Amino acid sequence: MNWKKLLKTAYPAAIVVAIYLLTILLLKGGLLNKYYIQVMMFAGINIMMTASLNLVNGFTGQFCIGHAGFMSLGAYGAAIITTMVFDGKNIPVLAQTPVFLLGLLVGGCVAAFVGALIGLPSLKLKGDYLAIVTLAFGEIVRAILRLIKPIGAARGMIGIPNYSTLAWILLFVTLTLYLLKNLIYSPYGRAFIAIRDNEIAADVMGIDTTKYKITAFCIAAFIAGVAGGLYAHLLAFIQPDSFSFVKSSDFLVFMYAGGSGSLTGSIVGAALLTVLPEVLRFLSEWRIAVYAVVLVVVMLYRSDGLVGGKELPFMRIRRGELYEEPLFARKGAKKSPSAQDR
Amino acid sequence: MSTFLQYLIYGLQLGSVYALLALGYTMVYGIVGMINFAHGDFLMIGALGTFFIAKLFTSFNIDGTYPMLIVAVIILIAMLGTGAIGVGVEAIAYRPLRNKPRMIALITAVGVSMFLENFPRALPFIGPNPRSFPTLFKTVRYSFLGASITSTQIIMISLAAVVMVGLYLLVNKSKIGAQMRAVSMDKDAAALMGINVNRVISITFFIGGALAAVAGICYASVYPQVEVYMGSWLGTKSFIAAVLGGIGDIRGAMLGGFIMGISEIFATAVNSTFGYAVGFIILIVILLVKPAGIMGKLTKEKV
Repeated sequence: MNWKKLLKTAYPAAIVVAIYLLTILLLKGGLLNKYYIQVMMFAGINIMMTASLNLVNGFTGQFCIGHAGFMSLGAYGAAIITTMVFDGKNIPVLAQTPVFLLGLLVGGCVAAFVGALIGLPSLKLKGDYLAIVTLAFGEIVRAILRLIKPIGAARGMIGIPNYSTLAWILLFVTLTLYLLKNLIYSPYGRAFIAIRDNEIAADVMGIDTTKYKITAFCIAAFIAGVAGGLYAHLLAFIQPDSFSFVKSSDFLVFMYAGGSGSLTGSIVGAALLTVLPEVLRFLSEWRIAVYAVVLVVVMLYRSDGLVGGKELPFMRIRRGELYEEPLFARKGAKKSPSAQDR
Repeated sequence: MSTFLQYLIYGLQLGSVYALLALGYTMVYGIVGMINFAHGDFLMIGALGTFFIAKLFTSFNIDGTYPMLIVAVIILIAMLGTGAIGVGVEAIAYRPLRNKPRMIALITAVGVSMFLENFPRALPFIGPNPRSFPTLFKTVRYSFLGASITSTQIIMISLAAVVMVGLYLLVNKSKIGAQMRAVSMDKDAAALMGINVNRVISITFFIGGALAAVAGICYASVYPQVEVYMGSWLGTKSFIAAVLGGIGDIRGAMLGGFIMGISEIFATAVNSTFGYAVGFIILIVILLVKPAGIMGKLTKEKV
């Protein structure tokens, strides 16, 4: 492998490492404090959630408005493994990492399994009706979690070890984006986009729409589950009510404000809108009202989202490597009527 | 038997609140094709507005209640005011996005909803604390087959029923109703036939807001507490009710509202969390059997 090519493939990772080192340096230098780090970690988790939601809503053209449900399943799954199965606070330091990773994996798998179950009704339901079922799903998950006594019922789980560090979160964000980017440029991704643009045409072209829709749901749910696991081990406390419809709508807002059908949009949307309420803290009680106004203004004047469906160079596979032109880098062209517009 | 009847009364009363809100959702959906997530907050504005309007009329207050005529005036002002806010929201936030993908309007609606909840919350004279809603009528308790029903409940359920019948007649018999139905079928064709589409949509939002105000008054008279977040979960449930009945269909919204209300009361009697979830479970079951809701017509996609 020649150096140029290695550099080309490795530089996004180098950016992440640079961000990490810079943050640590600034932290040591006293320019940043723990609070900034925590906001960064929440932004990372939100990026994972938003990017995975984008796979379902932005790239496959389905409507999932209950994404926090998957997050809660992952959070509880991971927390049960680390806190109840292994008693996370008292295990030796060396064993912590494997236990943490096992927890995240289990959380992700639980969410993905349920994602497949939710994907099944998408055989029958379309558009808004599917959206309502996912909303209902999120609320039912919350109601069920509220009823289970061993995991704290409505009061939630406490005493979860805080294993999530900035390094872990950056690693998982990078892995998520890498996975999604490659997925979208794979035959699978092409199929997702075909389904989004016209489901009937995709079907006629021989794409097994059901299979691909369920795949999209499963992958998104898995990522959301892992993000939920990270969230649980960051806050050290989870309760069913923190994963309500309000949370789901947060991710929707991040995604559409950033730009649907664009991973860069998800990064920008989630990062900016996580940081914005924190920046606005000086407004005290006016904070959320101002945030809402900013959101409405963004949607009115930049309806395609902040980045408008474009991708940063390292978020797409470069020209000549796979295709002549990325299919969904819309260059100002009006999108053909898609499932989303109907 | 008497317990059953008692629950049925509570169910009817909650159901009428859901039905009134669901009507707003379903009309906006049927005509503009968007889910107005801020609709639940219109209920809050109606209830909160009534609280302040009733304060203005304090001088008419006789031992804790108001004369019938004043109550009617208060309700009318609340309806007009909330309807006007609905029209304003549509003109400012939704109209510019009418030809954009629907999800964009939905996200804007989420933003509007956040604003409507948090703006009053930040205003010093409203604030985040719940307030107790004034008693508008003298409460008389009647006993009926072992169950008790208050005059407030009777008035509120009948008010909701009158409003619903009125709306049904408006949409199906009047000229503006015919225009609404035309716009919901095909906006462009309706415009070509000389219908002022913007006006029809404004009127739809006005009616939706006014109905939400009535729902807010009905709800707050029975559960006498108003606060800025009261609309959000009531809104979600009414929306579920609208989908359950078949979104876009007026009879469906009424039916869905009552199904939600009655089932919720009966399920809450078993367990409060189950009471919260039962509506969603019914929704999923019904959508799996009838993918377009009870009254909804499934439109075949044209290729």
